[in-house]
Amino acid sequence: MSKANHGGFLLEGLRKFGSSAIFLVQLLVQSVPALARPRLIVYQIYNAGARSLIIIMLAGLFVGMVLGLQGFTLLQRFGSEEALGSAAAIGLLKELGPVVTALLFAGRAGTSLTSEIGLMRATDQLVAMEIMAVDPLRYVAAPRFMGGVVAMPLLAAIFSLVGIFGAQLIGVQILGVDRGSFWSQLQGSLQLRDVTEGIVKSLVFGVTCSLIAVNEGYHAAPTAAGVGLATTRTVVASSVLVLLTDLILTAAFLK
Amino acid sequence: MTSPESAQPTSSATADDVVVEVRDAHYAVDTRPIFEGLNLRVRRGRITAIMGPSGTGKTTLLRLITAQIQPSKGQVVVFGNDLAQQSSSEIYGLRRRMGMLFQNGALLTDMTVFENVAFPVREHTDLPESLIKLLVLTKLEAVGLRGAAELMPAELSGGMARRVALARAIVMDPEVLIYDEPFVGLDPISLGFILRLIKQMNATLGITSIVVSHDVQELSSIADDSYLLEAGRMAASGTPQELLNSQSPAVHQFMTGGAEGPVRFHYPASDYTTQLLAAEDR
Repeated sequence: MSKANHGGFLLEGLRKFGSSAIFLVQLLVQSVPALARPRLIVYQIYNAGARSLIIIMLAGLFVGMVLGLQGFTLLQRFGSEEALGSAAAIGLLKELGPVVTALLFAGRAGTSLTSEIGLMRATDQLVAMEIMAVDPLRYVAAPRFMGGVVAMPLLAAIFSLVGIFGAQLIGVQILGVDRGSFWSQLQGSLQLRDVTEGIVKSLVFGVTCSLIAVNEGYHAAPTAAGVGLATTRTVVASSVLVLLTDLILTAAFLK
Repeated sequence: MTSPESAQPTSSATADDVVVEVRDAHYAVDTRPIFEGLNLRVRRGRITAIMGPSGTGKTTLLRLITAQIQPSKGQVVVFGNDLAQQSSSEIYGLRRRMGMLFQNGALLTDMTVFENVAFPVREHTDLPESLIKLLVLTKLEAVGLRGAAELMPAELSGGMARRVALARAIVMDPEVLIYDEPFVGLDPISLGFILRLIKQMNATLGITSIVVSHDVQELSSIADDSYLLEAGRMAASGTPQELLNSQSPAVHQFMTGGAEGPVRFHYPASDYTTQLLAAEDR
């Protein structure tokens, strides 16, 4: 890539970041009057949250079970299988819960938000609202954004809980770790800041993924190809940004 | 019939009489000019037809009038207010006095027909549910679709969707109603129905109507004033009959649908024979 192209890429990235930040401010401003229609927000929490439950729970169960298997094999080398409970819980609550949930959320709820809003744009529904003197930012974008922000931490919590259950299933029920020590070690080693870290991460990821999904849909080119491209960008941008912010947040919490 | 330079309705109109006025508007997409000094006057209580070949910017003109875009030069004045001087809340205020029928209906796909028509009422008023029901059913009855109230937009045909959109556009009793290509793709029955409805609403409710279309005959049968848009400006204006009798070759070609004339059917291209021979040489 030439130097000029590097500059262009950087500028384009900055421009995108700037326009997303402006859009976030607009969304936050419109979120206040959007609160007057709680029905719309509740529906979007259901849409982004409840409808993602099955995939989140399934993924949580599998990830927890794998954690149980891998953790058991590793801990057995040091003769401390009883610590499986605390290892699984800390790994899930601080890291895997928020990150994997955010990635799945981007794929399941994010894409559906982007394509829905993008198609509304392509079929003139957003313009029709503007002509009817209804701000689509307030009526369409803000409730969807808020629904995603509320749903994400709840989903991450459910993911972690089901994950711990999965680890317990493998560790205690199948591999024979003592049930009492599994739970007591978990209880003893877990600190409030571990849980806080998970909640903060899932909230930040919720804002990131919902903002990207709504922004891409709202500004999608009003064509079939445009909506397709916007949907792809939602998944790619969400995934990369979630992993990047995870690194930053993890480093921040180490202090 | 007026000359292209001063394309304005022939009869004199007072300021109060003019609901929408476009003065010397210029607008370009990237470097391609769409309008170069466009003038338009829509008078209260009349049906104004805006005709023109495809791609001359008829829909873009509607976007100017509804303040979705701003002209790079010139003015758009709606209800006496220069749109460029209005804040976004003032523009929303002006839009509440207008209704617009989109070419594809633009119904909200996650709501029933009833909810679609009720949408603007619910958003802008605090009317009790019983009154909203009464209002919506009256408007749906007017477009002959009271029986389809509980259907979803996906279950409607194109013509039905447009009729529902019309019911939605009139539910707030707008002063101005804008129709974007209302006749495209309609069967003769629906077309006749829409045509009569436009006329009827204008006559009985006094709604000022702006109809953008290239269906010359249909439009000429109901319009009071008509404009012909060509190459970024109004090529002619007057009553439909005046346009039909026009001696101008371009106006005559459009009004009668002639293939030969100053309006080119072919998009500009290099010489046909040269290009074919070049392809053969390869």
